[in-house]
Amino acid sequence: MASKVLVLLGTKKGAFILESNTGRRSWSLRGPFCETWPLNHVIADPATGTIWGAGGDAWFGPAVWKSTDLGATWTHSSEGLAYREGEEPIKSAWSLAPANGALYAGVEPAGLFRSDDAGQTWRHVAGLRNHPTRPEWQPGGAGLILHSIVPDANDPKRIWVAISSAGVFHSPDGGITWEPRNRGTRADYLPEEQRYPEFGQCVHCLVQAQGLPDRLYQQNHCGMYRSDDGGRSWQSIEAGLPSSFGFPAAAHPREPATLYLLPLNGDIAGRYVPDAKAAVWRTRDGGDSWEDLREGLPQQNVFFGVLRQAMATDRLEPAGVYFGTNSGALYASADEGDSWRCIAQHLPLITSVETLVVED
Amino acid sequence: MADPQRSSTVPVLVVLPRLLVNLFPGSVREVAVSASTVREAIDALDARWPGMRDRLCDSRPAIRRHINVFVDGERAALDTPLAPGTEVIIMTAISGG
Repeated sequence: MASKVLVLLGTKKGAFILESNTGRRSWSLRGPFCETWPLNHVIADPATGTIWGAGGDAWFGPAVWKSTDLGATWTHSSEGLAYREGEEPIKSAWSLAPANGALYAGVEPAGLFRSDDAGQTWRHVAGLRNHPTRPEWQPGGAGLILHSIVPDANDPKRIWVAISSAGVFHSPDGGITWEPRNRGTRADYLPEEQRYPEFGQCVHCLVQAQGLPDRLYQQNHCGMYRSDDGGRSWQSIEAGLPSSFGFPAAAHPREPATLYLLPLNGDIAGRYVPDAKAAVWRTRDGGDSWEDLREGLPQQNVFFGVLRQAMATDRLEPAGVYFGTNSGALYASADEGDSWRCIAQHLPLITSVETLVVED
Repeated sequence: MADPQRSSTVPVLVVLPRLLVNLFPGSVREVAVSASTVREAIDALDARWPGMRDRLCDSRPAIRRHINVFVDGERAALDTPLAPGTEVIIMTAISGG
């Protein structure tokens, strides 16, 4: 029997942790942690309960913070989290993913690192940056960032990453070789005849469906997509949504056809919720149809956005869904998105939301 | 690494910013080390508190953009030489938002 649920927040001013029991009605808040460093992604390993926070401080550079006591105490390390002398130094750590005992970190400028000692030391997964397309990778608005890491739970050698704005890349061999996997995704910012390139798409968020390892979803700068072949080809699933633009995507913890998105009004329209009314959009059929979920969400004068790593589900039944805004509010649903409550506000800009269910 | 056997190293006093001390439990604001350059002084700090070099220097390698190191009142670089008794002041520059 699960005893408590933690919602882990990365913010512009450190990590915060909200905690509740499995009923998820009342929440307590702790933080800020990590000396108020800007953190891009705070995650937990469900197997061990270890929490990590990836970030980069304007004074002290990139590091990954770690807590083995659910946030009570923290250490930090960046040993090995560096490119070779002479290369552009790493500005910030952007994304984290545990995988079969290892821990991956994505960084800016885009690259992938791996730790086999729970985040104490790191080694560069150099195959990705050795890819021949790398000199042509262009940064997106947040920089040239590796923001999504999707290790295959069933096959430790398979891994996908997403880079803004180089696109999705896949490695079948643990990171030695990589290939772009962007066929079918648009790049509206290129001349018309070049809008479906091999790489260079501005992918915003990449997630894997639970239970269907070859099913991936992505929120792109230019559309929402599903792949059923590990990213070799992508189909648009944006019909029925209020815009083709947004940042986060969150997969259901058990149902591979259920996905949550939070579309924004457009890349040149202010990047807040459409019509200034907040809504999460849910599909239960792999993106063929969508429903807007608004109960409990503000429907007047709402000008917040939600960043790419700031929406998550928990693994309870019914599943909890959470999103954090760039205005520092956290909204939660304990019924798969049907109804919502604001469970924290007045926080710093929220960059990431993840969950951890702790068993007795 | 700083080599205390090298004849060119000299005793200097390094003054650390409070924000940095907060990151390294057990560290102190004023540290006596033996070094002939700023680089060696930072190496000595890193030997005492592993990881401190990474907080002060990037991988080019260079002193981080928003870290200032002053030697005799002048902004210094990694290769700046140190005279005996020099006070090396490490400060966080204006930054943030």
